[in-house]
Amino acid sequence: MTILAQTPAVEEPLPVARKAHPGRWLAAVVLALAVALLARSLVTNPNMQWGVVAHYTFNSIILQGLLVTIELSVICQAFAMIIGVLVAALVQSANPILRGISAVYVWFFRATPLLVQLIFWYNLALLFPHLSLGIPFTGMSESWPMNALISGYTAAVLGLSLNDGAYMAEIVRGGLLAVPPGQVEAAQSIGMRRLKILTRVTLPQAVKTMIPPTGNQFINLVKSTSLVSVIGGGELLTNAQNIYSQNFKVIPLLMVAAIWYLVLMAILSTAQYYLERWVAKDQPAAHRPSLRTRLATMIRQKERA
Amino acid sequence: MNTAEHPAASAQTAQTPAPPDRLEPMVRIRGVHKRFDKVEVLRGVDLDVQPNTTTCLLGPSGSGKTTLLRCINHLERVDAGQIFVDGHQVGYTARGGKLHEQSDKEIAAARRRTGMVFQQFNLFPHRTALENVMEGPVRVLRQDKHEARTRATQLLEQVGLGERMHHYPTNLSGGQQQRVGIARALAMDPKVLLFDEPTSALDPELVGEVLDVIRCLDGRTMIIVTHEIGFARECADTIVFMDGGSVLEQGSPQDVLNNPKSPRTENFLRRVL
Ligand SMILES: Nc1ncnc2c1ncn2[C@@H]1O[C@H](COP(=O)(O)OP(=O)(O)OP(=O)(O)O)[C@@H](O)[C@H]1O
Ligand SMILES: [Mg+2]
Repeated sequence: MTILAQTPAVEEPLPVARKAHPGRWLAAVVLALAVALLARSLVTNPNMQWGVVAHYTFNSIILQGLLVTIELSVICQAFAMIIGVLVAALVQSANPILRGISAVYVWFFRATPLLVQLIFWYNLALLFPHLSLGIPFTGMSESWPMNALISGYTAAVLGLSLNDGAYMAEIVRGGLLAVPPGQVEAAQSIGMRRLKILTRVTLPQAVKTMIPPTGNQFINLVKSTSLVSVIGGGELLTNAQNIYSQNFKVIPLLMVAAIWYLVLMAILSTAQYYLERWVAKDQPAAHRPSLRTRLATMIRQKERA
Repeated sequence: MNTAEHPAASAQTAQTPAPPDRLEPMVRIRGVHKRFDKVEVLRGVDLDVQPNTTTCLLGPSGSGKTTLLRCINHLERVDAGQIFVDGHQVGYTARGGKLHEQSDKEIAAARRRTGMVFQQFNLFPHRTALENVMEGPVRVLRQDKHEARTRATQLLEQVGLGERMHHYPTNLSGGQQQRVGIARALAMDPKVLLFDEPTSALDPELVGEVLDVIRCLDGRTMIIVTHEIGFARECADTIVFMDGGSVLEQGSPQDVLNNPKSPRTENFLRRVL
């Protein structure tokens, strides 16, 4: 009895000691020092002219360029997604001619540099001085000078949409391929037809796998709009260049543009995170953690590694 | 409540016995051949399924049971032969001594006469149980949304899932998912229900709940591919034994299961019983 009483009924479980990571700390200190030095040289460098940067950050011409950048990105991404779905649907078509057309489209627009495409669309008038639309054999037709139609802006919309559309087509195709074939059979078994299966069953499920690459693609597109500056598209970089070509404050104005691109990217990444969470709504709660628990898991995984 | 719409009521009227010899078969299969590349999987299948009867399709693995079932709603093309459901030919139209595949529209219409329950359930993962059941009636049959919802709710209650209507498939057990699958097929009011091993993807303890639901559908025309011999003995009006791509024998459960004529049937039954 006395012996039993002396033994503690419940033993305290031994806690696990935290693992020490001296190498990690060393790396962190070295990196922090390097960043601090770089930051200091940038901040204190008189050539950066931070005052000028601050002055132009909210300059109306810059803000107008920013607006055009956003507008171009959104419009072109919308067109690209429409093109992407159409072309991906054609790729699945039973008609070999339609399949061929879509394959050539994707090949052509992915194979040629975007810059070349943009300059080409801008100079379309050299190839076709007039755009004529008419009904064949009726003599009814209308003609416009190409130069009036293709401004820097329309060339930008054309070039960016068609180029991005080719990439989006591949993303949509990949997303559709990831939907299990049983889904199509289930839809067929309740009497659905091709278009309905696409819009009601496969495409909604493909969206989930399409979001990360589409986010990437959109981020690329936003930055690609800066290429439009070579044809005077009036977006952020064009306007920044216009300003520095007059006052020669090249570096500060490039900084202003870079700052706005960084801000746009931060907003887009956050938006993408919430979008991914929203489409995961049919998953059990454990599969769609909040931003905080996801960060915590990431840190823990890094520690374990 | 409108009794004509009630599933139990329609099942009862369907049960009214009629002399089987005077009925046109609900499913008529004539000389169906099907090959995958070089392998002939169906070698001239003939089969009649009478209305309001349960037919269980038995046979060893690879004998072509799934393929035959999938031909009945044209999920699989045939190479020769004809299949009729409720008098309408499925998938093809005979013209000039040849079979010509029907248009997307005609095929879809033919598929509406059959309901299919899949081995892997194949529920739409992005829709709740209720939405899965409503999808066909609303999007294909263009029924009024409220009516479809009422009917889908009744069907889900009938299969014992009244409580879980708003769950997504990932939040349902296999047995529950399969019962939603059955409700989804029933919602289209098909002439024939096709089941491809509806319980073989389930944990053993969930098999019973799905078989119970299928039992309650007695009185409809059903073709069930199954390895559950006990269930077949109890529920089937006709047992069809397939081997090597053709129907080897068919008859009542007593005939086929107790006194098989073919040694191959006997062999198969000895292995599975
Ligand atoms: N899509 C396909 N491509 C090629 N061969 C196939 C295909 N589907 C089925 N087969 C072959 O056809 C034969 C019959 O298959 P089926 O699935 O109809 O058999 P089953 O009787 O349902 O068998 P189990 O009891 O294993 O389900 C098998 O040899 C199979 O390998
Ligand atoms: Mg099978």
